[in-house]
Amino acid sequence: MTNQPQPTDTDQAACLHHLPLHDLHVSLEGKMVPFAGYEMPVQYPMGVMKEHLHVREKAGLFDVSHMGQAWLSLKQGVGEEGAHEKIAAAIETIVPGEIQKLGAGRVRYSVLLNDAGGVLDDLMITRPSSPNQQGRLFLVVNAAMKQADFLYLAERLGDVADLTILSDRALLALQGPLAAAVLEEKIKTVSTMGFMTMRDMEWAQTSLMVSRCGYTGEDGYELSVSADRADAIARALLADERVQPIGLGARDSLRLEAGLCLYGHDMTADNSPVEANISFAIGKRRRSEGGFAGAERILRELAQGPKILRVGLRPEGRAPAREGTEIQSLDGETIGTITSGGFGPTIGGPIAMGYVDANYAESGTKLNLIVRGKPVPARVCPMPFVPQRYYRAPK
Amino acid sequence: MSRKFTEDHEWIEVAGDVATIGITKHAAEQLGDVVFVELPDVGVKFSKGDDMAVVESVKAASDVYAPIDGEVVETNGAIVDDPAKVNEDADDKGWFVKVKIDNPQQLEDLMDESAYKDFVA
Repeated sequence: MTNQPQPTDTDQAACLHHLPLHDLHVSLEGKMVPFAGYEMPVQYPMGVMKEHLHVREKAGLFDVSHMGQAWLSLKQGVGEEGAHEKIAAAIETIVPGEIQKLGAGRVRYSVLLNDAGGVLDDLMITRPSSPNQQGRLFLVVNAAMKQADFLYLAERLGDVADLTILSDRALLALQGPLAAAVLEEKIKTVSTMGFMTMRDMEWAQTSLMVSRCGYTGEDGYELSVSADRADAIARALLADERVQPIGLGARDSLRLEAGLCLYGHDMTADNSPVEANISFAIGKRRRSEGGFAGAERILRELAQGPKILRVGLRPEGRAPAREGTEIQSLDGETIGTITSGGFGPTIGGPIAMGYVDANYAESGTKLNLIVRGKPVPARVCPMPFVPQRYYRAPK
Repeated sequence: MSRKFTEDHEWIEVAGDVATIGITKHAAEQLGDVVFVELPDVGVKFSKGDDMAVVESVKAASDVYAPIDGEVVETNGAIVDDPAKVNEDADDKGWFVKVKIDNPQQLEDLMDESAYKDFVA
C-alpha cells in the first residue's frame, strides 16, 4: 500500500523550524509533519475525524504560529489626526477591501493583489482600537507566503509605511461553539466581543491581542501572544476539558466544509478575487472608485462576469475527489479542475471545490469528476457546505 | 499456515488455495480515519503489483497493490458500506478480498509476523 503523491505545502528543505509550542505538541503526541518550512502537528491521537467533529461540537485549540504577523505603521504621524486614513489609503493601493471606513478595533478579510489583479495571498487586516495606535494596521498572512508578502508590502508601501515583522509572537486559534464560554472564564467580557473585532486584553500576566475570528466556520478567537508566554496560555486553555488540541488535518477539513479558500490551492496569483468567488471582499466604494492594483481586470470581471469561477461540488456516492481531479461537462468536455477535495466529516460524505467554466457555475449544474479514470457524477452546490455559525452581537 | 506480510503493509492469510488479504493495523493507523474503500469485482484477475483496491482517509488516497497473482473470489462489502471497520479491526473483520492463489511460490518471498514487526519498528 503506497500513498499516491499528494500536493502539499511541504518545504523539502532539510532545516525545519520549530515553533514556540513544539514541545507541547510532542508531549500531546501530535504527529509532526513538515508544513511551509515548519514542523507542525497534522493530527493528535484523537485523529482527524474526531478532532474535526469536536471543533463543531465543543472547542478546539489550533497552533497557527507559523502564520505571518506584522504591523504596518506610518513612517510619521502615528496617533495623529487622520493617521488611519493615511495608512488605509496606502494599503488600499494593493487590497480591494474597504479599509478607510474600517472601524477602530475591527478586523477585515482581504487579499493582496498584483498589478494583473491576481491574488498574491489572503490576509486579515485589523485596525487597532487605541487612539494612539491609529496609523497602524495589524496584518496576519499565510505561512507559506509570508516572506513574499512582506517583501511585496515593503516594496509597494515602503515610502510611507514601515513593516515590523512579529516573529517573536505565537498565534493560537480557539474555535467552536463553546470557545466563547471557555475563554470568558479566563478573560472577562471576551464573550461580548462582536465577530471580526479585536481587543487588547490581559490574562495571566500576559498581554494578548484577542480577535474574534477564525477559519473553521465556527465562532472563535485568535490570540496573538508573545512566544515566551504561548506555552502557558495554550496549556491553560487545554486544561479545560471542553478543549482539545486540533491539528492541521482537521483545520483543512473544517475550512473546506466552511467553503473557505486555502491559498496556493483554491486561489493563486493567476486568479482574481472575482474568479475565486470572494467578491464580498471588494468594498462598495472600491468598486466605483477603483484605485487598487489590477482594478481594470477586477472591475471588468465584476461587470461582465469572470470566465471561470470557484464553486462548491458534491460528488455522488462516497469516493472523495481530490485536488487536481479533472472536471468534465456531461458531454465530456474538460471544464475545470478541483482545487480542494476530500471527505467532510460533518457532512458525512465527499465535498470539493474547484474552478469551472463560468457557464457551468450555476448551483445544481450536473457534471462529472474524473476519479481514477472513471466519471463520478457531481453537482455544483452553494458554499459553505455547513452553515457558518459566527457570533452576531445583539443590537 | 501462518500469516504473511508485504512491505506495502498488507497481510495475507492462506487457507487451502485461497488467500485472504487485508491491510495491517500499522497501515490503518498511519492512514487515519478511513472514509472510502473501493474493491475489485469478483472474477477479476491480478498480477502481483497491480492496483487492486483503493483506501482513502479524510486527507489522503492510497492504492492497495496485489501482493500475489490470483483471481478475486470474494470481497468484503462490509468495509465498503462502513469504511471505519478498517480502522476498528484491520487484522480480521476489516479484510479486503479473497483471492484464488495462482502461484504459491510467491508466498515464499513474503515476511512472517516477526519480520514484519521488525520492518515497521
